[in-house]
Amino acid sequence: MISSPGGIARLAAALLLSAAVCFATESASALGAGLATARSDGPENALSGVLEAIDDNRLDIAMQRVEALIAAHPNFRLAHLIRGDLLMARTRPLETFGDVPKTVPREKVEDLRAEALSRLRALRDRPNGNRVPRYVLQMQADEKQLLMVDSRRSRLYVFENVGGRPQYVADYYVTLGRNGVEKTREGDQKTPIGIYHVIANLPRQKLTDFYGIGAFPIDYPNAWDRSLGRNGHGIWLHGTPSDTYSRPPRASDGCIVLANADLAVVGRTLQIGLTPVIIADEIEWTDAASLEAERAELAGAFEAWRADWESRNADKYLSHYAERFSSGDQNLAEWSGHKRKVNGAKSWIKVGVSRVSMLRYPREKFVVVSFDQDYRSNNLSNVMRKRQYWIKEDGRWRILYEGGA
Amino acid sequence: MTSFPDPRPALAALVAALFCASAMADDIQDANKLLKSGQPQQALERVNKLLAAKPKDAQARFLKGLIYADQGNAKEATEMFLQLTKDYPELPEPYNNLAVIYASQGQYDKARGALEQSIRTHPSYATAYENLGDVYAKLASQAYDKALQIDSGNAGAKNKLALVRELVGGAPAATAVAAAKPPVVAAAAAPATAPTPAPATTTAPKEPTKEPAAVAAAESKPAPEKPVEKPAAKPSNAEILDAVNAWAKAWASKNVDAYLAFYAKEFKTPGGEARTDWEKARRVRIDAPKSITVTVNAPKVSLSADGQASVTFRQGYSSDVIKTATTIKTLVLAKAEGRWLIVQERVGN
Repeated sequence: MISSPGGIARLAAALLLSAAVCFATESASALGAGLATARSDGPENALSGVLEAIDDNRLDIAMQRVEALIAAHPNFRLAHLIRGDLLMARTRPLETFGDVPKTVPREKVEDLRAEALSRLRALRDRPNGNRVPRYVLQMQADEKQLLMVDSRRSRLYVFENVGGRPQYVADYYVTLGRNGVEKTREGDQKTPIGIYHVIANLPRQKLTDFYGIGAFPIDYPNAWDRSLGRNGHGIWLHGTPSDTYSRPPRASDGCIVLANADLAVVGRTLQIGLTPVIIADEIEWTDAASLEAERAELAGAFEAWRADWESRNADKYLSHYAERFSSGDQNLAEWSGHKRKVNGAKSWIKVGVSRVSMLRYPREKFVVVSFDQDYRSNNLSNVMRKRQYWIKEDGRWRILYEGGA
Repeated sequence: MTSFPDPRPALAALVAALFCASAMADDIQDANKLLKSGQPQQALERVNKLLAAKPKDAQARFLKGLIYADQGNAKEATEMFLQLTKDYPELPEPYNNLAVIYASQGQYDKARGALEQSIRTHPSYATAYENLGDVYAKLASQAYDKALQIDSGNAGAKNKLALVRELVGGAPAATAVAAAKPPVVAAAAAPATAPTPAPATTTAPKEPTKEPAAVAAAESKPAPEKPVEKPAAKPSNAEILDAVNAWAKAWASKNVDAYLAFYAKEFKTPGGEARTDWEKARRVRIDAPKSITVTVNAPKVSLSADGQASVTFRQGYSSDVIKTATTIKTLVLAKAEGRWLIVQERVGN
């Protein structure tokens, strides 16, 4: 009457088996076993402890642990759901994880189940020390950190800049758009895929409780989005309302939502106008040596472009531009004609580059190279921030787009 | 299960049957009849008269708590049952009724605590189990509401738990074996005058081995002495049974340290509570009564491959505050440093 190990075993099974499937498929992927690194004191370890106790059929221990978890995070809904199951299991066999009355919409339970799976998967799939995200070839010198969102895992990874290379710091559970990713239209409730930057810091005093402890807007739609006709606005990184610790994996209107405690940690080191936020379907991981080879190759092409521009040899200089090149208002032929005329008239040109950043664009084949360009010549000098899209075609890196940033 | 605060008339006959012909019991019975016949005020007057003479009397106080509960006076009823749990922590009924009142007020966490106490006191107490099941369901429902940010709207259905209406020490009817026991003589310290069940002939509980210092126990020890049952056992079984009998003896002699020393370090506490909490609770239970009788009847020993021994027996228990309760008990023992120690204790086979 009181204890029903069979029921609770099903609870464990319902949750853990599906988790196990995920773990099995992913352990074969680029992610490996955990690298112990500093991270936030989130509820994932405690949650895992509760489920381990359930798995061992130590329901008394599981109850103690879930109650401790609730004491630490009183608004952690997932913990309340599991506590409900542990109590219910004492009165009757459970039929499923989150064995709530039939009158309750099942989606609400599924949301929490999805959150549980995301959190558990992240706990077991920590980035391995030998693995680096394929998107980050070069961080610019003054960028302290870079954020990367793995949409499929509902996870935000924080990397710090160590000599231009990303080094993993921590990762956090995030909520993304209700309708998934690849935002294209205003109101589509999707999170954009692409490379963005944090552009503002909105303190909580200026916001309603819905946004939690603060918000950091990002620059969607960026130049690439606009070139594709994508619209919408107001994609933010923000916190969580006071009545809940976290929200389901797919629940926002496109924003990236963190637990308040996590946003507090992440927000501390964000640089407004500088910190990149790369949002991908799934982060591609590679080994440091492969990434370094790719970086060296692109850096070589970039340096050749700079040197050839200085040389005033128009053919060599223009050979770095792809056939499909566009500057937004000029195609390759127009661009070539203009450059031949201008460069041919110079007696000397000096091009300095600094603060170079090279980031692969998610879902696209190009790498965004951003840099400060210090251009000097016998009759004109200017300093500007420039952005180029480099694409590898027929084994050679070429410029697809070039413009001011 | 009957709704609090409705009376349970079906139990009246049983209650009556359990009361013996002592003057006190007659008065209690009269008060009970008055309550049952819808005259709570008269019942209260009768009980108050009894309490004027014997302020500590557990039965009268319990009945007074019931009267308050029936009148819907939750505050006084709570006070009455709460005080009873403090004075007689061995009794499961006051915990149960306290829980019923807490639950009726929507205080399910407190109700759960009281019911778990009740069951800890008497692991086979069916009413408390049923009530606890309901309380767990309520708590689960509240947890779900918090998880899903909904109001399941069942907050109204509060009054479903069963109030127990008789104080019999929690012996479940199915397995209770009443033992011969005279009314407790009113001593200076005024032990509870609990209803005395009619003598039964089923099983005369046997005494554990004699206690040199058990003066109090001697007073309340009317049961005829019986030689300790020694089943023809293999030598290894004898060693195990010696341990079980020594355990019962330590318990009956209220030697708590010796009693606790029979539990192995890895002993699994029944409610999963911390060892220190469990020990504290046991100490209170064993210290509370003036005398305790524990008997071990028809023990069966089975040895398992891992070297553990499982002993199942009919345990007879009685004390000056509790009538006899017989339960089937199983002790699992393991040998550590030459001693057989208890690693598990459970009710049932």
